[in-house]
Amino acid sequence: MADKIKKVSIVCSKGSLEGIYPALIMANGARMEGIEASVFFTFFGLDAITKKKMKKIKVATVGNPAMGIPTLIGALPGMSLMATKMMMKKMDELDIPSIPEFIELLSDAGAKLYACKASVDMFGLKESDFCDQVDSVLTVGEFYELSSGAEIIFT
Amino acid sequence: MAELKLGKYTVETGEDGYMTNPDQWNKEIAEEIAKQENIKELTPDHWNVIEFLQKDYKEKGSIPTIRRLKKVGGIDTKELYKLFPEGPVKKAARIAGLPKPKSCV
Repeated sequence: MADKIKKVSIVCSKGSLEGIYPALIMANGARMEGIEASVFFTFFGLDAITKKKMKKIKVATVGNPAMGIPTLIGALPGMSLMATKMMMKKMDELDIPSIPEFIELLSDAGAKLYACKASVDMFGLKESDFCDQVDSVLTVGEFYELSSGAEIIFT
Repeated sequence: MAELKLGKYTVETGEDGYMTNPDQWNKEIAEEIAKQENIKELTPDHWNVIEFLQKDYKEKGSIPTIRRLKKVGGIDTKELYKLFPEGPVKKAARIAGLPKPKSCV
């Protein structure tokens, strides 16, 4: 059998509910297996750790053929919110935490959370815009450095 | 089906090393499994987690998630990882004589 995975670095690049959850679930799943885990939030993925936005993450109902909702209907006011509420309810039943709760869980589980410097600069964000669980803002070079020996997963 | 020798006991386990016959479980066996999992000693805090897992498993038929351990069992997540490093629910469930957890969260 091949060696066990010891370390993962997960890049979270999307800001929709269905874009963020896979990264969080994979990072948490890694910690539950005793695997070291870091999450690097970049571009709209930063919304997951931005205080003002992390509670308002929604499902994309437009341009998402898998939803089974025609784009024009998905674009109606309230559709995204409704789809999000339905999904959140189902996830709560499965004991999957909301995004802010998940970030706290990851931090408590010993996962490291980082914001991407290029995106932070681009969106004009400051360290104080991020939730307390964020460890630091990193350049991509620093991210590669700390990912030494890790499997890098892009989501 | 496999067997595992733990101190003076021999217990039935699956290929994954988790006990398959809960009637065979006792506290001495738990201590022996804990040693295999690199936990030297089971403190009252460890037992609190183990007993919650057993109780919840009996009631719900599945191993509780970390979130449920916190919300229902009142077990702090940081503390949980300190008590059972490197895979808390997996380790605690094995020590508790329960099946391997199947949940992703």
